[in-house]
Amino acid sequence: MRVVALPLVLLSAPLAAQDHAGHAGHSAEPTPAAQEPDHCAMGHLPPEKCPPKSEAEPAAEMDHSAMNHAQMDQSEMDHSTMDHSATSQPSVDHSAHGAMTDKSAPGAAPESAVPPRALEGPRHAADLIWGESAMAPSRAQLAHENGGMKTGMIMLERLEARVPTDGGDTGYVWDAQGWYGGDLNRFVFKSEGEGVFGAELEDAEIQALYSRAIGPFFDLQAGVRYDIEPDSRAHAVIGVQGLAPYMFHVDGAVFLSDQGDLTARIEGEYDQKITQRLILQPRVELELSAQDIPEREIGAGLTKVEPGLRLRYEFTPEFAPYVGVEYEAKLGVTADIAKAAGEDPDGLKLLVGLRAWF
Amino acid sequence: MQINRRRFITSTAGLAAATSLSMPTWAKGGSLTHAKRGFGEVSGEDIRLAIANHHFMTGGRSGHAVAVNGTVPGPLVRLREGQNVKLHVTNHLEEDSSIHWHGLLVPFQFDGVPGVSFPGIKPGETFTYEFPIRQSGTYWWHSHSGLQEQAGHYGPIVVESAEPDPRYDRDYVVLLSEFTPIHPHQIMRKLKVGEHYFNRQMQTATDGDMSGEMRRMWGEMRMNPRDISDVTGTTYTYLINGHGPADDLQLEFQPGERVRLRVINGSAMTFFNVRIPGVPMTVIQADGQDVADVEVDEFQIGVAETYDVIVTPPAGSHALVAEAMDRSGMGVTSLTSHKGHIATPPALREPVTLSMTDMGMMDHSAHGGGGSMDHSMRDKSAVPDDVKVGPGVDMIAPMPMDRMDFPGLGLETVKHRVLRYTDLKAKRMNPHRTVDREMEIHLTGNMERYMWSFDGKKFTAVTDDPIRFGFDERVRVKLVNDTMMAHPIHLHGHFFELVNGADHMHQPLKHTVVVQPGGNATFDLTANEPGDWAFHCHLLFHMHAGMMQVVTVRPFPAPGEA
Repeated sequence: MRVVALPLVLLSAPLAAQDHAGHAGHSAEPTPAAQEPDHCAMGHLPPEKCPPKSEAEPAAEMDHSAMNHAQMDQSEMDHSTMDHSATSQPSVDHSAHGAMTDKSAPGAAPESAVPPRALEGPRHAADLIWGESAMAPSRAQLAHENGGMKTGMIMLERLEARVPTDGGDTGYVWDAQGWYGGDLNRFVFKSEGEGVFGAELEDAEIQALYSRAIGPFFDLQAGVRYDIEPDSRAHAVIGVQGLAPYMFHVDGAVFLSDQGDLTARIEGEYDQKITQRLILQPRVELELSAQDIPEREIGAGLTKVEPGLRLRYEFTPEFAPYVGVEYEAKLGVTADIAKAAGEDPDGLKLLVGLRAWF
Repeated sequence: MQINRRRFITSTAGLAAATSLSMPTWAKGGSLTHAKRGFGEVSGEDIRLAIANHHFMTGGRSGHAVAVNGTVPGPLVRLREGQNVKLHVTNHLEEDSSIHWHGLLVPFQFDGVPGVSFPGIKPGETFTYEFPIRQSGTYWWHSHSGLQEQAGHYGPIVVESAEPDPRYDRDYVVLLSEFTPIHPHQIMRKLKVGEHYFNRQMQTATDGDMSGEMRRMWGEMRMNPRDISDVTGTTYTYLINGHGPADDLQLEFQPGERVRLRVINGSAMTFFNVRIPGVPMTVIQADGQDVADVEVDEFQIGVAETYDVIVTPPAGSHALVAEAMDRSGMGVTSLTSHKGHIATPPALREPVTLSMTDMGMMDHSAHGGGGSMDHSMRDKSAVPDDVKVGPGVDMIAPMPMDRMDFPGLGLETVKHRVLRYTDLKAKRMNPHRTVDREMEIHLTGNMERYMWSFDGKKFTAVTDDPIRFGFDERVRVKLVNDTMMAHPIHLHGHFFELVNGADHMHQPLKHTVVVQPGGNATFDLTANEPGDWAFHCHLLFHMHAGMMQVVTVRPFPAPGEA
């Protein structure tokens, strides 16, 4: 009885250890169950963290004996060797290839039972032949070339002229961003602004952000924003940018100004291919404010909404002129402020512009 | 007609100094049996290869190339089983270079991977590889430095067997590859920053017969059902023996001859569907290793794989077509018994759309049911704990099935016979071994960020953490593809046996195995070549993004014995 029970305990122990390790979160962190012998052998771990050899090796032997016992009971086998395999899920009854999918080898040791001889020798085989100093630069180069590259781009999302349908002055908008870095950590800058041709710049801002991936599709971004117009003002920025389900590109951020004002902005857009080169892009931008900001003619609440539709033609993916329409409406208190000043709080604009990247 | 397959040619002096970018004889369609013209073929015990920058042109496209001995592809290296060879490789580039002998069993220090097997070849240096030839078959060589392989730094290897091979009368290499006028580093950047930059076969509002429900499901997952190939015919011209479709390459034969075609996929990123309409092909080798004859009408060849087929075409001109898996272009040559006759190739077939099975789900739609959307596509409990499910993993196949019976994307519905891994049986018996240990490796990625990895960890995260095998250990390795792309996984220095349903003494030997989207492939490896070896996806830009790890087989022999 005891002979059977002990191996089962030994088998379950590494699994528990792995569960714990799964939360460790460091990319290079190997799971203890799979890698502990390795690190001990190479002297990475202090001796007290290493299981005594005389205990570790019999344990591996025990695994074998456990398997052999378990062979009598196929379901036990699956639990010990196939623990997390999706193919052992109850989906098998859907399968047309039922018998072919189970390719487990009865009696084989689990992945973590690395034989001790596989841990012998120096860290890198080639050092024995060519010397560590000859190999080190090429190893660094190899890592750089296979996963370590950094890159970047500059994207001009919108560079457009805006013609009000009610006959006002033609304006312009730019909206650009760029990034440089690796897959997960990047430096991001953004800039946008607008004005009327022949008059002074109305709004202009620039943001410098550190961006870190928080999931496969989203980055968390934090940094500073500086407004050049309508007046010099600095903000702390925190936001998220990425690809939401159903392929919506979203970019949302909260801004805390050096005056203590809290505002937010959310942009969403979607690319619908009409043909491989002709793309219809619905886009919406929302602005919010937590408080009245009289000097900017903003009232607390939802301050502005801008839904638009752009139709671009990608001569190349990098160069795509477009035409479009956009409705721009001030809302709530902000709209009231505009009306009181004799301005029209909303209006429809025709757009001609360029989307480009480098 | 004099046909002397066994003839050997000593290496041609001056090849190393060749500067013009002419086509080698073998690439022009000269039968390998007529190797007396010699230029572009190197053989013997002392072989010189020189790597240098050149210009290359095909069709309307031209651009930079890295050529070896002045040609793209480089010369055919012809060897004989049992000989010893010294290969003196001179690097005339301004960056490090290397040559990896893909499929040859060599001591690890001559395997040619900078940073794993040796320090690389510095600009201006000559490095000498030296090893005995322990095998026969069709292989190839290529750079393992940076992205030089994409630029033309590759070529074929033919190893004659020690015993005469009576299976064929005429012998051609058919080396498939791509040419792009864009610098490979620019391709990599566009893949990283531009959403599906090279794909001009995306689903549009009106095309395709996918239901609205299915479109929403793909959209919900943020996946693209036309994600077949990362780099396509929008920039690639597909080459056969260095010839684009506009170059009218001809391979001549006499009616009645048994023609051996040594098909090598030496491309960087392209799976090809190979067929000769009207001419059946008998597969006799896979990855240089003999298999029991299988007659097919078409086969898909993954990057870095080789298949040798025998054809006996009737008199006339036959198009040998290598259609890119995503159907964005093709390589073409004419197999002709009338010199000068160019065969008309068939049209490209319809673009391929991925299915639920390619996402690692059961295809419920085939059963008329619609309730399959409840599967989580990123359920961490579906992978072992050593898989790091971070931002680099955008999908976990919820129910990955063994897909070694799958003929390849787009070929599951064609009416004729298509090769499947399950058709392959080793011709000679493998040693009887029981499996000592089992291992599961997940192929992971994030298409939006263009990150690729094993077990969620890029090469940069595991540079000092190799996959460990004991010398002579027999390990069953299950590769689980948690992505929607097919990955050709290559282990250096070894042949593994596909666990494909063949009896366990006749499992076919391979150096590269394609793991189909959302599915599994399993192989048995006897780790009997000590040293450190590269293990990676052979899609060049996937490897470059991190889909690579070192495999170490220990103990190493003492330096004196090596």
